[in-house]
Amino acid sequence: MEQEQKQMKPIWYFVGLMLSAMGAVILISGIVNYSDTEVAKTVLSELHPALWWGAVMIVAGLIFLLANRKTTVE
Amino acid sequence: MQSIQLAFSDWLIIAIYFGIVLGLGFYLKRYTKNENDFFLAGRKNSSWVAGLAFLSANLGALELLGMTGNTFKYGMYVAHFYWIGAIPAMIFLGLYMMPFYYSAKIKSVPGYLKLRFDEKTRVLNGIAFGVMTLLVSGINLYAMALVLHTFLGWDWNVSMWISAATVAAYVTLSGLLSAIFTEIIQFFLIWFGLFLVSILGIVEIGSVNEIFQRVDELYKTVSYTTLWSSSSDPSLNGMVITWGGIVLGLGFVLSFGYWTTDFLVVQRAFSAKDLRAARMTPILASFFKMAVPFIVILTGLIAIVLANDPKSGFALAQDGSQVNYDSALPLLIARYYPPGLVGLGVTALLAGFMAGQAGNISAFNTVWTYDIYQSVINKKASDAHLLWMGRAATVVGILISLVTAYWAKSFPSIMDYMQAIFSWVNAPLFATMLLGMFVRWITPNAAFWGLLAGMGSSFTLFLAVKFSWIEGSLITLSSAASDQAANFWRAWWAWLICFVVTIVLSFFTKRKPDEELVGLVKGLTPEVSTAGVAWHRRPGFYAILSIIVLIALNVYFW
Repeated sequence: MEQEQKQMKPIWYFVGLMLSAMGAVILISGIVNYSDTEVAKTVLSELHPALWWGAVMIVAGLIFLLANRKTTVE
Repeated sequence: MQSIQLAFSDWLIIAIYFGIVLGLGFYLKRYTKNENDFFLAGRKNSSWVAGLAFLSANLGALELLGMTGNTFKYGMYVAHFYWIGAIPAMIFLGLYMMPFYYSAKIKSVPGYLKLRFDEKTRVLNGIAFGVMTLLVSGINLYAMALVLHTFLGWDWNVSMWISAATVAAYVTLSGLLSAIFTEIIQFFLIWFGLFLVSILGIVEIGSVNEIFQRVDELYKTVSYTTLWSSSSDPSLNGMVITWGGIVLGLGFVLSFGYWTTDFLVVQRAFSAKDLRAARMTPILASFFKMAVPFIVILTGLIAIVLANDPKSGFALAQDGSQVNYDSALPLLIARYYPPGLVGLGVTALLAGFMAGQAGNISAFNTVWTYDIYQSVINKKASDAHLLWMGRAATVVGILISLVTAYWAKSFPSIMDYMQAIFSWVNAPLFATMLLGMFVRWITPNAAFWGLLAGMGSSFTLFLAVKFSWIEGSLITLSSAASDQAANFWRAWWAWLICFVVTIVLSFFTKRKPDEELVGLVKGLTPEVSTAGVAWHRRPGFYAILSIIVLIALNVYFW
């Protein structure tokens, strides 16, 4: 029981997991739709926001994941 | 309006969110062994965890949509809700009230009223809070289904039941801890999911200065881009209010009433691991609170510029002949976000709704279990029974919310009462708390009747104006006043009535002996000493920093 209590991962780990997973989906979606102007017909689509925002989320997610990969809280 | 179409990647993002929150509920269940874990998250959270949850409990999707829409309607005065209408109260809670709350080892705000005054004041506030929370929870659920139906074309029943069942599952499994964890998830989703709207809006229009200049060109006689310089006369600003209403109604009563006594937010600070972390909770949250206008106010102003530019092709949705101001944010998401990002924007709003629901339910189950059930119905309940009752209250609370949501669906004008509800319950409670914590001769009977008078007068004033029994200008002290202004002023009068009645009755009723008030009232409680604590670890240092940022923002946008 004691051992189990000590092994709880902090919330920041799950935040990292979520941001990385969502960032990856958004980045891949941005790559897939890169040249498909019909699908991504939004204002400022020429800036390809899904590409760079997906990348930003992956980087942020990985920072949270790596910083907390060995951290546990009571 | 035409629904926003979701692609496979958008559904995948939504599925990841549901997977994470449900997975967290199951994961955290193994750490939820007793009632302390369930109702107070084991009292082991850091100030960062408690602080972000404290902020997020208030940062619901309804608020994001509503405040962006309000900015479109009233202009930049809406920023007062985030700055003067929040920061001083949060600092005051952290520095001056938290030592009484936290040191008393109470499980709820009504629990403090029991210790400081008596059982009847606790039950009165417990019932008022419980009813208010379930009402707000149900209205939130209805609002969520409305937004999802309007913008995504989703079925009402499916939206409401799936989100309610998900919240019921993870709160029942692991109580406050899962509510807090999902609130932090929500915090990051809102920033990553919605701040990009502001960035892309600035890119499209040119710059922040350009946005302000174009709004000023549109409204030449009424200011939509200042905070105080147009507050001497209500006809000079979009909110139609004077600085007096802002300072007394919003900045003092409504703000302090909400941030220092509403158990929904204060409960997050109770989950902190020690007194220092509990005091830091609202102070840390204040920095993030000040940043929220960079999403809501900015997108509201961007929407004003685009809606008035015929070349942009942007227009708010219409409900019949009425403009739907709350459509500003979803329509900007649809304007800028390609597949994948649309899913992120929708998930941010979904998370805002669901975490808000979880916050309300986790606060309700605590107040019901301790302040009503244990206090009135079953005084000898065991810890295990209380834990069971907390879980049962979660499920029943969600079911009542669903019933309220269906009621709201058939009676949509209930939405107009949301702001008013807070002025009925929180505004007078703040007077009771303030007097209870800082004046030792305030008596239990005076507190009870003062609180009842404050709540009753606020409700009566609301009805009196609503049904034209009296002129609204009697309350607002001005012939021209918006609904917002009326809310601010009614809150002020409710507070004042409770404050005066409580003081006057205290002269004629019996006070509690001082020895029963140790740890609960200033003057009978040892001062919190920060001697020996490094300056950069003191809550006071961060409070000063927060106030400096607040002043700088107000001066900059004066």
